[in-house]
Amino acid sequence: MENPWIYIGLFVLIGVIIPIVPLAASAILAPHKPNPIKQSTYECGMETVGDNWVQFKSQYYIFALAFLIFDVETVFLFPWALALNVTPLFVAAEGVIFILILLAGLYFVWQKRMLEWV
Amino acid sequence: MNFWTDPIHVIYQGLMQTFTGWGMAAEVAGILINLLGIVLMITAIMVLDIFLVWIERKVVARFQDRLGPNRVGPWGIFQPFPDIIKLVLKEDITPAGADKWVFNLAPILSLASVIFLWAVVPLASRIYGVDLNVALLYLVASGSIGTLSIIMAGWSSNNKYALVGAYRMVANMVSYEIPLAASLLIPTILSGSMSLTNIVNQQAHGVWFFFVSPLGALLFLVAAIAELGRSPFDLNEGESEIVAGFHIEYTGMKFGLFYAGELLHAFTFGGFVAALFFGGWHGPWAEEYPLLGAFYFVAKAMLGYWIIMWIKYTVPRIRIDHMLAFNWKFLTPLAFALLIVTALTHRFLMDFPTWVYVPGMFLSNVLVAWATLEILRGNARRERLAAEAH
Repeated sequence: MENPWIYIGLFVLIGVIIPIVPLAASAILAPHKPNPIKQSTYECGMETVGDNWVQFKSQYYIFALAFLIFDVETVFLFPWALALNVTPLFVAAEGVIFILILLAGLYFVWQKRMLEWV
Repeated sequence: MNFWTDPIHVIYQGLMQTFTGWGMAAEVAGILINLLGIVLMITAIMVLDIFLVWIERKVVARFQDRLGPNRVGPWGIFQPFPDIIKLVLKEDITPAGADKWVFNLAPILSLASVIFLWAVVPLASRIYGVDLNVALLYLVASGSIGTLSIIMAGWSSNNKYALVGAYRMVANMVSYEIPLAASLLIPTILSGSMSLTNIVNQQAHGVWFFFVSPLGALLFLVAAIAELGRSPFDLNEGESEIVAGFHIEYTGMKFGLFYAGELLHAFTFGGFVAALFFGGWHGPWAEEYPLLGAFYFVAKAMLGYWIIMWIKYTVPRIRIDHMLAFNWKFLTPLAFALLIVTALTHRFLMDFPTWVYVPGMFLSNVLVAWATLEILRGNARRERLAAEAH
């Protein structure tokens, strides 16, 4: 095939359709007798108190922020790694400096005690 | 050229002649043949997935000194089929107050995100879905869809346990994606390519990247296990705290899809470990006979899958603060340090012959591992002295 992305597009399409098949079979074949007790939230036999969409530790947010920085930087590193064999040594050294700056960021977060789970 | 040296091409040409003989345009026939191939491939993967259920149950039974399924068929090999019939016939309960669309979409995306990966898996020298030049980025992108399906499942279930499980799982997956991406950069540097086919081709003549970068392979394995959400990183389903975690409210076939997705994901990452670090389909006579190469690849993937299972059933679950500290304070700095060392050593040794290059790279990895162990030992000694001083 000329364009690999057409293949990927077809693959994604079929890849989403195939998991739907057993769900459709289940929807046709399985019994369907809902009642309020059956549909209540499962909490090991306890009754749920209050809203289920609870607010939770903000700690997860800090980790997500740190992840975001690193993930964006990783995208920059892929072209550098790809071209390492054909570019001069200077470019390799620049990539290393870039990673060191990244690690300095990690060191800063570490020293700020943001990585402690409190 | 005959069937045994290039099966896909022979079948493609035969179908092409048949379809154009019926008066079909060549472009339409090409897309149709590709569509047939994709359906066949995904069906084969799903059949493999069914047998993975049996393999997983049999292996965990052996680890726990039990027999495992042994009633349906020889060694219980047909056990998954009654299981599937049971799952399909089970009533599907949607909890009141759930976000129905998101709730139903999550299991589909969970399995689909794994199926997507198989578009780029190089099964043999001339058997693969497509030779994508950014296959490694595609791998990371498909992984993100898996993370998305988990947060969708946890949020839409309208259940506190599910929400907490999803939070934990996403914190886990998101954190370990950094060492995973960093260890994906190592084969990229070594082969100068992001295409899995090229990476496998670079490992011909026995120069597997495992020998060039053993520490990179180990990092990839650990990060992949965390990305899979399997024990010891399976905080999403701490039975004693949050029951089944993000899929607590799922019943019947929807639960089955999550389960199938998890098993197939583990097997697929076994395959990626094989392709990136253990020479993929390379083996004796694999170059001439692609079907033999496909056999080698599946055997290596099974071995990788078995190692992932071995770790899962041996190591107990670790606490979330330990898990995140392990990632951010150990794995991430180590991964980037290894990346720097690999890049510089590779750049210096690039033009040397193989018998200098491979031992040099191996030695650099050993040095990094030794330095890491020394730093860890120093830290532990300092902490012990501080504790004794109190």
